[in-house]
Amino acid sequence: MFRRLSDGKARSVSFTFDGVPTMAREGDSVAAALLAAGHCSTRRTAVSGAARGPYCLMGVCFECLVKIDGRPNRQACMTTVVEGMRVETQDGAAMPGQEE
Amino acid sequence: MIRDIRSAADLAPAYDLVVVGAGPAGLSAAIEASTHGLAVLLADENEAPGGQIYRSVERASDADLARMGPDYAAGRMLIGRFRRADLSYARRATVWNVGPADEETGDGAHALEVGISLGGIARPIAAHRVILATGALERPLPFPGWTMPGVMAAGAAQILMKSSGLVPSGRTILAGTGPLLYLLASQLLRAGVSVTAVVDTTPVGNWRLALPHLLSFATSPYALKGLRLLFEVHRRTRVIRGVTALEAVGSGKFGALRVHRGIKSMHIEGDLLLLHQGIAPNLNLTLAAGCDYGWDERLAAFRPAVDGRGASSVAGVSIAGDAAGIVGAVASAHQGELAGLTAARDLNRLDQGAYERRRNQLAQKLARALKGRTFIENRFRPGKSFRVPGDDGTIVCRCEEITAGKLREVAALGVPGPNQMKAFTRCGMGPCQGRLCGLTAVELLAQCRGVAPGEVGYYRLRPPIKPVTLYELAALPHTEAAIVAVAGFVERAADGAQDAKHGSQQ
Amino acid sequence: MDYDVIVIGGGLVGVSIAWGLSRCGQRVAIVDEGDVANRAARANFGLVWSSSKGLGNAAYSRWSRTSTANWHRLAAELKAETGIDTGFVQSGGFSIRLTPTELQRGIASMAKLAGQPGMDAEGTPPLEYEVLDQAETRRRLPLIGETVAGAIFSPLDGHANPLRLFAGFHKALNQRGVHYFPHRKTAAIHHRAGAFEVAGDGWRLGAGKVVLAAGIGNTALAPMVGLSVPLTPSRGQIIVTERLKPFLGHATGYLRQTDEGSVLIGESKEATIDHQRPRGPITAVLAERALRTFPLLRDARAVRIWAAFRVVTPDGYPIYEQSERFPGAFAFACHSGVTLAANHALVLPRQISAGALSEDLAVFHSRRFHVPAAV
Repeated sequence: MFRRLSDGKARSVSFTFDGVPTMAREGDSVAAALLAAGHCSTRRTAVSGAARGPYCLMGVCFECLVKIDGRPNRQACMTTVVEGMRVETQDGAAMPGQEE
Repeated sequence: MIRDIRSAADLAPAYDLVVVGAGPAGLSAAIEASTHGLAVLLADENEAPGGQIYRSVERASDADLARMGPDYAAGRMLIGRFRRADLSYARRATVWNVGPADEETGDGAHALEVGISLGGIARPIAAHRVILATGALERPLPFPGWTMPGVMAAGAAQILMKSSGLVPSGRTILAGTGPLLYLLASQLLRAGVSVTAVVDTTPVGNWRLALPHLLSFATSPYALKGLRLLFEVHRRTRVIRGVTALEAVGSGKFGALRVHRGIKSMHIEGDLLLLHQGIAPNLNLTLAAGCDYGWDERLAAFRPAVDGRGASSVAGVSIAGDAAGIVGAVASAHQGELAGLTAARDLNRLDQGAYERRRNQLAQKLARALKGRTFIENRFRPGKSFRVPGDDGTIVCRCEEITAGKLREVAALGVPGPNQMKAFTRCGMGPCQGRLCGLTAVELLAQCRGVAPGEVGYYRLRPPIKPVTLYELAALPHTEAAIVAVAGFVERAADGAQDAKHGSQQ
Repeated sequence: MDYDVIVIGGGLVGVSIAWGLSRCGQRVAIVDEGDVANRAARANFGLVWSSSKGLGNAAYSRWSRTSTANWHRLAAELKAETGIDTGFVQSGGFSIRLTPTELQRGIASMAKLAGQPGMDAEGTPPLEYEVLDQAETRRRLPLIGETVAGAIFSPLDGHANPLRLFAGFHKALNQRGVHYFPHRKTAAIHHRAGAFEVAGDGWRLGAGKVVLAAGIGNTALAPMVGLSVPLTPSRGQIIVTERLKPFLGHATGYLRQTDEGSVLIGESKEATIDHQRPRGPITAVLAERALRTFPLLRDARAVRIWAAFRVVTPDGYPIYEQSERFPGAFAFACHSGVTLAANHALVLPRQISAGALSEDLAVFHSRRFHVPAAV
């Protein structure tokens, strides 16, 4: 659903989303990297389980919450992706004490 | 040269001035105050300075600059000046509290305290003065289906373009009203994006309100830019007007937009829907700090009460830029300078004469920059039916999934305001803390009660204005009195326990 | 006369009583302040708790225990009327003691409480509790912190969702046709020819009886009808986290998980009412003790911290009284509006309707504060 404009010259970074190896550009937020890889649905809500995805990309809507390196409810748009990062769909509320 | 604060350990215990937000207002405030010798900390939650408008401008290529236009490129100079200024800069820092210094832990010298979280560590920072330059938020545009994946804020598309060089790859629909909608449309078109339609929800009657302000607008720098934009967008894509209602449909993700125009409707298929209906001051930190606020009917939003120099009702706390009322990047910068200058004067770093000369100069620049705004505000004022969803099934509070119908149901119980409504429904209790539902909820309640939103008031906001972990909070300074207040007594290894003075029975 | 009874105050105490009065067939009106009043009802911790209460006042222990017992009926009837589930569960509560000293103090105070005369009465559930050592506490609460010294467990205790309780009462009142008038701060109460007139800025309402349930506002209102509600300044602060998956089925004295998933961490008792801003040092101690209790909450995030004023009399026990000079005027003041909601809704209203508070509530009259100090 998003494509890169060709004039970027940043280096690539690899991370995983729900276990699947995925490429990003250095400097991307996790949310941008997920959208670039075609994922517009990145969590299920704690209330009804509805699918949601990044909405504002500026840290105010909390729709892009994901698990990052085992830590739940991280704002994907406020976190810069780094090499080897483990990103997962946030499935409802966080289970406390389940960081790996 | 600015000093980069990389961890909480690098923060000084106190600063003369803490500025929150690194957009045009915050950067300008920090630069101005530092030139007068104040010890300044600028805290911002983003990766790089610039705010939303100048996001990633330092990393932008020539092609990026050409696509985004000269108003974006202008940020480079401001950030260049910031980089050379003598001040401290904490990026990726979350300011979650601003208020009077604590009666116990305050140092007695500084009137204010700022709660900052940086790299997973929270610290209270003392300050003589605080300037809040927390900018604006996009106003919510709630209608059936606006929560589904594939529906995003227009500002989000701009952020992706600026920070990651990403543009929509599929059929893209823009809907709503406001200058930014057309700016984004032109930026996307220039980048070769397939913009299927611009669905303009601007009420037809707005022209009548805007017309008296046309002359002032016509002679402002906005006029030519605005006309060019409109012309370009109309030439290159379909613009649909006279819209009365919207509905997003799709299975699992956005697939099409239903556009209602009176009794007629049309179905526009697309892959991405971008929404915008203007911006409103970001209230969370200013209200949590205790600043008075009021309803601005022309903006159709609340804004904090400030005087001509940006001073709020809380002693020592000023508000500059869009956080105090929507003024745009250039005026925001001047308001920031004025606030920074005033902080320096308040702390006796320049004499009255020098202060007045500089102030008058800035006031003139500010007045010029504000020209034409009244026309724009009236012309693009979002319509009531798009601010308050008529459809009862529409989600108003995205976090807690509270619908307009549920809110109308409790409004009928006679709730006195949005705080009781919040207690009854959880509307506004999620992690976004009302940022995406506040205006809608208040206007809906006002409509149900037949009063002005100003009479209804806004959520009572409290720290932390952004979620902070218990681990961070637990590491904040403890006091014996606080231990007594919570545990009832203080335990000592040597002499056993000392009893609480105020421990009350249950 | 417009109404049989006017209840002043639309908080939890006021709406509990108003609902009960309406069920007794009374025509009731509630006058309330605006949206940002000092509203303890919106700042409630949600415990339905009796086991540790009433040291020095056995009647208060009994009153709390009967209210807990009455809660089952309250929850069922409110749900039947409104469809709103108050989330009440009497799952037993743990008073967690972090250190050996805290545990020793807890054990001593429970022994003293249980040994008081007058603790037992017909129809009142007996006080039951167990002292749990470190190992037993850990066996029952496997997620508890390793350094926790022990706990006192009582099967009497439980919790409810105070906001849904509050919303439920308001909904039920609305359905019953009880008139609710927000934005009406009471300025005066007059007594004329056996009736009361309650008045404020631009409004006045008449009734045969008036119930003062205005929280800390009662202190100013009470003398207007020959009553007295002395209160002590008390502020409480609480931390609320984001929603978490269920991990804690029981209430504890200062930490519980709501049925929506949020964790509430309370609560301070500060002898002041100078402001309602959360204070850093209090936040720090609350969070630190919560993490010693349940270390797995380390990364749970606080989304709100709030402070509110408690309604606390000088001895900490409630005031329930009827005016001798102006019969028909009642004043009620207490904290623990959730625990006592069942009695306020099911017991008090019958007495108010009948025009006399029962003999066993006499101990809660404010005359106990009027004893001249010994010289």
